[in-house]
Amino acid sequence: MTEQNPSWQRQLVVPILAVVLGLLAGALLILLTGDNPLTAYGGLMAGSLGSAEGIGRTLDKATPLVLGGLAVAFAFKAGLLNIGGQGQLLLGAVFAAWAGFDFDLPAIVHIPFALVIGGLAAALLGALSGYLKAKRGTHEVISTIMLNFVAANFTEWLVSRDGPWKDPDGGAIARTPAILPSAEFPRVGELPTGFLVAVLAAVVIWWIVARSTLGFEIQTVGANPNAARYAGISVPRIIIIAMTISAFLAGLGGAIQTQGVIGRFEPGFNTGLGFDGITIALLARTNALAVVPAALLIGGLDAGSTLMQSRTNVEPEIINVIQAFILFFVAAPSAVRWLLRLRNAADEPEVQLAGGWGA
Amino acid sequence: MAGDVLLEARGLTKRFPGVLANDSVDLLLHRGEILGLLGENGAGKSTLVKMLFGIHQPDEGDIYFKGQAVTNDGPGEAIARGMSMVHQHFQLVPPLTVAENIVLGNEPISRGFFNKRAAEKRVREISEQYGLTVEPTDVVGDLPVGIQQRVEILKALYRGAEMLILDEPTAVLTPQETDELLVILRQLAADGVGIIFITHKLREVLAVTDRVTVLRQGKGVGTAETANSTSASLAELMVGRSVVLRVEKDEAAPAEPVLIVNDLHVRDDRRQLVVEGATLQVRAGEILGVAGVEGNGQRELVEAITGIRPIDTGSAVVDGTPVGSKPRAVRELGVAYIPEDREKDGLVGGYSIADNLVLATYYEEPFASRGVRDFDAVAQQAEELVEQFDVRTPSINTPVQSLSGGNKQKVIVARELSKENRLVVASQPTRGVDVGSIEFIHNQLITARDAGAAVLLVSAELDEIFGLADRIAVIYEGRIVAELDPTTTTREEVGLFMAGGG
Repeated sequence: MTEQNPSWQRQLVVPILAVVLGLLAGALLILLTGDNPLTAYGGLMAGSLGSAEGIGRTLDKATPLVLGGLAVAFAFKAGLLNIGGQGQLLLGAVFAAWAGFDFDLPAIVHIPFALVIGGLAAALLGALSGYLKAKRGTHEVISTIMLNFVAANFTEWLVSRDGPWKDPDGGAIARTPAILPSAEFPRVGELPTGFLVAVLAAVVIWWIVARSTLGFEIQTVGANPNAARYAGISVPRIIIIAMTISAFLAGLGGAIQTQGVIGRFEPGFNTGLGFDGITIALLARTNALAVVPAALLIGGLDAGSTLMQSRTNVEPEIINVIQAFILFFVAAPSAVRWLLRLRNAADEPEVQLAGGWGA
Repeated sequence: MAGDVLLEARGLTKRFPGVLANDSVDLLLHRGEILGLLGENGAGKSTLVKMLFGIHQPDEGDIYFKGQAVTNDGPGEAIARGMSMVHQHFQLVPPLTVAENIVLGNEPISRGFFNKRAAEKRVREISEQYGLTVEPTDVVGDLPVGIQQRVEILKALYRGAEMLILDEPTAVLTPQETDELLVILRQLAADGVGIIFITHKLREVLAVTDRVTVLRQGKGVGTAETANSTSASLAELMVGRSVVLRVEKDEAAPAEPVLIVNDLHVRDDRRQLVVEGATLQVRAGEILGVAGVEGNGQRELVEAITGIRPIDTGSAVVDGTPVGSKPRAVRELGVAYIPEDREKDGLVGGYSIADNLVLATYYEEPFASRGVRDFDAVAQQAEELVEQFDVRTPSINTPVQSLSGGNKQKVIVARELSKENRLVVASQPTRGVDVGSIEFIHNQLITARDAGAAVLLVSAELDEIFGLADRIAVIYEGRIVAELDPTTTTREEVGLFMAGGG
């Protein structure tokens, strides 16, 4: 209702074409390096979807991407660009690890406890950016980028030689102790249950945006903060709430990474995950439900890249190039239309994550 | 008076995606003639003159200037041919002097350097030739709006303009400045300049033009000799039906005071005090019209009263409750607010009509309960209000940004006036709105008054103030400098107070 959806089929056109064009561009590059793109993409498919194990790996990879994508998409509804997903994710990951190794609880309590502790730690960081924006006018892009460094160094210190949460059995490796099995997300066959949590989060966020009064307030502030203020909505309050929830989501992504994939916090395993959220949110055009397939796509590319490399000589970095192409085509729908001579859809909402400096 | 043909446009057509902005429009302008170009918002006046001036290229049709077919590839070529345009928003450089602004882009040069003395001399010559008094050494940024407009006109004349297009030139002027401008335009016409005068104010058309061309929905619906026209006949041409120009209203029956503003001081966005000791009262059942030239603190005054802008010192009290800085709390006292800038402050362009109608009440029963929105209730209200307030739209789900100015304003009026109000604050409620919608909005304000609300009307249009207000307060530099009775005062007297005299 509030989101003006011309028709959902129409909205799918550009992202799908963007993926196809991205893969074609990637194929061209593979061809140029002297390999067979069909063999390479065959390996990619087999590695990500070809076996139960591969699917499980894809879902594992997709889980933090769903939550990171939701974080960016949700903040964007309030007109905020949360670039701090990486730092928020790190805090979520390390605090979930702490709750996982330092507390001994039955699994039914321990899993959600560690998850929520991770989310809340990240939420505090997001709330700080929200507060700075709402009360001090600090642009959220600046504050979230800077806090990424703070979070990265803080979490690294926590597990360093002098840090309080250093694994005493880890020798020179900077990491926390392994979490107790009671804090681990179980796998049902190859299905990681943490992924279900991520999907549930997507549904909840979609519902908040589309159906709740809070969602209406958030979208109104995002669409026209002046009109929101005139209508009696407290803009600073909404900015703080939106940044807090956004960061909470990113934190959940880190927590599930700890509880479902790695089993402890070890800084190197989380590199770049938070930044992929921006890609996902763009690909999903900031629609919470569309974040799930977008994350599956990017996660799948990632999961299949190893097998692709072993079957051909294609370096896994080609995946980054394909992602970049996809992102380019999504961000520039008019380029896609021009390339394919599609008729101009005037009613197509443009998602612009760029711009808005000093707003 | 009128000489040979200066400009002729035949069959000008311009299409924008999804819109036929101009549909085979003809236009004829003689030397020494003032042609009024009249039409509602969105009728295609701007598109038409932009084609004449080379900003847009016509899809079909021809333009003849001084007997020759021309295509202006940009404003530069138009200016070189002797066509000039004074835009609504002045194209001046504030820190430069009058002379510098006028010669800018075509400066007198001697030995490779700008010859300021020659520029000032030349400006003085033209200014005397056309009777447009300016001081060439004044800094433009320090001048009042009326004089800045003169500088714009001089700029055109300096470039040898034989034809002058003025886009709503009186919108920013006081009544006195308007009268002066009209005198200047007559002098220019007497000197042989052809003038196209765009406006939606019928009074000015009747006062100054020789002929009027009326546009409606992109088509030229007729050209009339001004001498044979009346306000009513022109309004009918513009709207396509007869329009009641005088507002019908009964005698006000004012009761107890609802709004009491006492020695109010408010700062603007640059932290400057712009409301400096305003004091006024509005009683239940009356309309207080606040007249003033724009920029005299009206905006900040109403924003303070509605809780949007913090009060510096002094007080604004609604029904005994002092207004704080929470807009929602003020609304809940029964205050309705029609903001001056509807696109920026009053509406969310991408939202549907239905959502805009609940922009301030979305959280209340029946539109939501326990934080969950009830879309059926929202839609039901929207259907009723669209009907009741005559919003012309294909559906309640249409985004408001695709509505015309008048219909956008009706959405705001419907939202604000459909509830029970103690105080209605209406700021420039009919700016940029077509004649038919003006009539409707005025009647809604009277209805609110008759239902017992106190109405604070802020308007730069004297016609609106005189048509609606039961009492007139004039604001000048942040103070109420006069309170007048509309039945005994005159436009001239109000205008004098607006200009700081009296």
